[in-house]
Formats: sequence, structure tokens, C-alpha cells
Amino acid sequence: MTFSEIMAIWWPDQAGVSAAIWLVVIVLFMWLARSPAHRAIKSFSQIIRNAMRLSAHSVTSLEKHLRERNRQVLLTNGMEDTERYIEREFQRVEDVVSRDLSGYPSLQRELKDQITQIDDDYRKSAEVPPMPQNYIDAIDAVSKIEGNGDPMVTKILGEIQTTMRHNSEKEISEYRHSSKERHGLLKTMMPYWRNLSKTLESVEKKIVGLEERSKVIDAQIEKYEQIKAKTDVAERILSSSSMTQFFTSGLVLLIALLGAYVNFQLIALPMSEMVGGAARLGPMRASDVAALVLVFFEIVLGLFLMEAFQITRLFPIISSLDDKIRKNMAIIAFVLLFIFASVESSLAYMRDLLAADREALTQSLAGMTVEAPEFRWITTAGQMTMGFILPFALMLVAIPLESFVHSMRTVFGMIGVFMLQVLAFVIRQLGSLASNLGHILLNIYDLVIFIPLKIEQSFGSKNKPDIEKDTEKETKTKAKTNTEFKIKTETKTESEKDSVISN
Amino acid sequence: MKKQLQIILISCLVTALSACSDPKSHATSVMLLLDTSGTYTKELNKAQSIINYILGTLTSGDSFAVARIDSGSFSEKDIVAKMTFDDRPSAANSQKRTFQAAINKMVDEVKSSTYTDISGGMLQAIEYLEETGAGNRHVFVFSDMKEEIPKGHVRDFPINFNAVTVTALNVTKLRSDNVDPREYMSRIEDWRNKVESSGGTWRVINDLDRVETLLQKD
Repeated sequence: MTFSEIMAIWWPDQAGVSAAIWLVVIVLFMWLARSPAHRAIKSFSQIIRNAMRLSAHSVTSLEKHLRERNRQVLLTNGMEDTERYIEREFQRVEDVVSRDLSGYPSLQRELKDQITQIDDDYRKSAEVPPMPQNYIDAIDAVSKIEGNGDPMVTKILGEIQTTMRHNSEKEISEYRHSSKERHGLLKTMMPYWRNLSKTLESVEKKIVGLEERSKVIDAQIEKYEQIKAKTDVAERILSSSSMTQFFTSGLVLLIALLGAYVNFQLIALPMSEMVGGAARLGPMRASDVAALVLVFFEIVLGLFLMEAFQITRLFPIISSLDDKIRKNMAIIAFVLLFIFASVESSLAYMRDLLAADREALTQSLAGMTVEAPEFRWITTAGQMTMGFILPFALMLVAIPLESFVHSMRTVFGMIGVFMLQVLAFVIRQLGSLASNLGHILLNIYDLVIFIPLKIEQSFGSKNKPDIEKDTEKETKTKAKTNTEFKIKTETKTESEKDSVISN
Repeated sequence: MKKQLQIILISCLVTALSACSDPKSHATSVMLLLDTSGTYTKELNKAQSIINYILGTLTSGDSFAVARIDSGSFSEKDIVAKMTFDDRPSAANSQKRTFQAAINKMVDEVKSSTYTDISGGMLQAIEYLEETGAGNRHVFVFSDMKEEIPKGHVRDFPINFNAVTVTALNVTKLRSDNVDPREYMSRIEDWRNKVESSGGTWRVINDLDRVETLLQKD
């Protein structure tokens, strides 16, 4: 039976009248079934709303859990990083102390010797030679005595004068010699003073360096304490630091990826000479796979080298190895890396030869005269150098990789929290939408049967329609709940006040 | 026990590697048929540049053959040069030089034939492409596509062009085509039907400056 046949069931010739009868029947039926229909719509919308609220609650609790987990991870990572930083700073201080200040006793001895030497020299220079006696007046007085023509007296006086002058000259000469010696001693003190000054300056520098290190350690210890106390400030600083690290290391990794691509291009063509250009592994050429493997192997060796030097700590097992084993591991990794770099360099040379051969063939096929380009050696040398250096440059990828891996956990956690927040919001909105849709459906239902409803209101029934009753009921319930809540809050506040007073 | 474990591990590794290998061949195989009948021999210089272009495009593992279309083309004698290029690029380059020399010699010494057995050449090409087992198969026909078969030769049967791309190059218009162009069109249409009805792909390239579309490799 088709829809039109059903429609025309009342009055087959008059489709309009038949449809009107259907409408009356439906409206009548809806009016009779109003109460159960209303209840069904209400409970259905309520079920959806509750389900959505429950889901939103679950998502919110999951978000809180994830946020807490992120916080824990962030603080733990921050604590580990700070511990490592402080450890390194202490290591540096220890190095300074053991390298420079371990020689402090000998330095002290040296200083003491220098001071003693200066002291001796000073003492010696302090011995002032006696001033020569004042012969001038005596000689002058003797020269003024007259001999009264007696040649004997004149001779004696002359000899006295000569002797006195001679003595005077001798004493002056001795005095000058002694002063010269004193000045000499003072002069020899100069380099000792300078040495002393230099030694003290170097000691001062070391002490200042240590002081600066101690300031850095103080700052780190303060940060460590904040992290340990799980303060919001510490969390905020660590989050921001993680985001910065994530983007910076991501950028560096991208550049490293481009470097790896250049490296790959450098060795892919000559690899086809070694492993064959036609063989394939899946959709890729075997030569390309071999070149990729070589590049990845170099990166892995670089990682191990960095781990062995304890610059990065991606593999805790390597960090926990014995120092001697780590040293051997570093040597092996470096030797292998050196060999790979040499192989790459030779492959780069082969690439240049192949490119030249291909170029010559292309020229020949195009009917041109084959000419060897000038200064080809420059590109050859450039390619060989790049082939040798790139593996060592790729070795440094380990550092940004470590930062990226560590910060990725935090950043992805943040994104997860954000997504869960959005999801909870959407679910809550859907629940609210379901509830509102229920109300709208109820109103539409009543709109369809408004004629029988009006008649019901006019004839007899003093009672209001159910929907109005329900609304009133809901309003009363809400008011009651609010009043109860107010009373409870007031009671609670009063009891709290009482407890404070009693305390 | 240890040895057994080693054998199991090695067999697992071999199985994994063989599972990785692609069953479809990515190699390209090309057969170029040169019409040497009548006045078309004058066009062979153009064919030479096309051959050189194809030589420059093909890589290690690809196969290339050049054959004449003459009075009876279904014969190995008509194959001027054929090669599967070595895995090593350097060896492949020297093979290409040898190939080029063989083609140059043929162009210099070619004599025009009385008949044009295109179908025989096509059969020969299909057979060669099948032998190479390449994934991409191309037949280039450098001809005016007017077939003239000697009496007694039977060529009136379907040819299997499945998964083969047939490209007619430099299809020159004959004097009679100028009188009635429908002859030219019907000639081309006949070959298109022959190729496409048996699962092949048909193309016509008359502008030889657009040769870069000749080989579309995987």
C-alpha cells in the first residue's frame, strides 16, 4: 500500500478531505497521548543530557589526570636537568680546585720565598753607609796654617794636607760605591715585585672564577628547590622552556634532515655502481636504500659517540657503563665514523666521475663535440670535502634530538590537555543542546495540538496544562534547592566562625 | 640446538627480505621500428635523434632494441641493435655508446625496401618485449603507417598488445592522403583499433619537438 493510497483511505475520491480527516485523527491521537509523549520526550532528552554530562565529567577527569601527569613529568625532567647542571658545575669547580688550587701550597711557598728575598734585599738596601767625615774644614784649616818660613814645618803641613785629602777622597769613593750597591739591590727587587703582583693577580682571577661559579650553582640550587617544592612558578618556567626547546630543536633537526638529504644525494648515484642500479627493494631502488642505510648508520654512530662522551643521555645503559668501556666505545665509534667519512669522500669522487661520463655521453648523443669543462677539480674537491665532513656534522644531530625527544613529551601532553578540554566543552554543549531540543519538541508538540488544548482549557478543566504545571514544578524545585543551599552555606559559615573563635 | 636456531633466524630474514621485494618489474623495455620502405628512408635522420633521446633517458636494467620494417619484418635479421643495459651506470654508458655507433652505421648503409611489413615488425616487437619481462613496455613505430605486404605473407590476425604502449612517430602524409585525407585518418584509426582492442595504448606524436612525453617511467 502506497502513501497516497493510505492518505486516500477515508475518502478515495476527495484526497483533500481524506487528508483533513487524517489530520484530525492524528491531532486527536496526539492530544490523548500528550502526557506519555511529553514524558518520553523529556526522559529521552534527559538521558542524552545526563550521558553527555557524564562523558564530559569523565573527559574532564581524564584531562585533570593528564595535566597532573604532565606536571609530574615536567617537574621530574626539570629536576633531572637541574641536577645534571649542578653536577656539571660542581665538576667544573672540582676541576678548577684540583687543577689550580691543588698547587696552592707550592704557590704559597713561592710567594713566601719571593717575599723573603724582597725582605732580605730590603734589609740590605736599608743599611745606610756612614757619611764621610768632614775633612774639608780640617784640610782648609791646615792649609791656612803658616809655616813661618820653616821648610820643615811647611813640609809637615803639606804632608798632613795630602794625607787628609787622600783619606777624604777614599771615604767619598767608598760611600759612593756603597750607595751604588744599595741602588743595585733596590733595582733587583723590581722583578720580584712584578712576579709577586702577577702571582697574586692569577690567584685573584681563579678566586673570582670560583665565586662566579658558586653564584651559578646558587641560582641552580634555588631553581632546584623551587622544582622540588612543585611551585607554579617552576612549572611555568619549565613549560615555557620546553616549548622553546621543542621548536628550537625541531628547527635544528629540520636543518639536519636537509643535511642528511644532501649527504644522501651525494652517495646515491655512486652506490648504484656498487649495488647495481636496477635492483629494487620494495618501491625503492636498492642503491637508494644502501645510501640511506649508510647515512642512518652514520647518524647512529654519532649518537653512540655523543652518548659515550656523556654529552647526551638518550640511552641510560650507556651512561651507566664503566668509564673504560665507554672510552673504548667512543674510540670504536669514532674510528668507524672516520672510515665511513672516508668511504663517503671516495663515493663523492666516484659520483663526479660518473657525472662527467654521463655528461660526455649526453653531449655525444646530442651530436655535440665532447669537451672536458675547465676547473672541474673545484667541484670534485668540493664534493669530496662535503662527503668527508657531513658525517661528522650529522654526528651533532644527537644533541637537538635529545632536546626534541624530551620536550616532545611535554608539548604533546599540553596538546593532549587542550584537546581534552575542547572535547569536554563540545560534549557539554551537545548535552545542553539535547536538553534544549527536548523543550523545543515539547512546545512543537503542544503547538500541533493547540486546538484541543484550548478547548480543554475552556471546558471544565480548572487545572492548567501539564507543561505549565511542569514548568512551575521545576521552578519550585529550583527555588527550594537554592534555599536549602543558602541555609547550608550560612550554617557552614557560622560553624566555621565558631571554630575560629574557639581556636 | 644453536645451529637450528641460526637456520630459523636466517630463513626468517630471507623470507622477510623476499616479502619486501617488489614483484612488479620497474624496468622499461623499448622497441623502435624504423620504416625503410620507399622514400621514408629520408626521414631516418629524424629517427636517429629520437633514438639518441631514448638512449639518454633509459637507465640501468632497461632494454632497448631497434629493428627495420622492410618486406618481411618478422625476423631477427631485421634487428639492428638490442641491449639490456648493465646494472652499473658506467658500464651502461659504454653500452649506449656502442648502441649509438651501430645505429649510425645502419643509417649510413640503409637500403630502401619494396614492401612495408608493419604487422611483422609489431609481432617481432611484442615478442622482444615479452622476453625482457619489463614492467613498462613501449613500441615506437617510425613510419607513415601504410602497410604493404608481399603476396603470400599472412598478417590478417589479431596481435596481443596487452600492457604495451604503441606510439606512432612522424606519421607523414602521403600524396594520396592529400587528395583524400580520409585515407590517412582511416589508416591511423585502423591501427588504433588494432592496438586498443587487444588491451594496448595507442598514441600518435608527429611533433618531434615534444619527445619528452615519449617515455613515462614508474
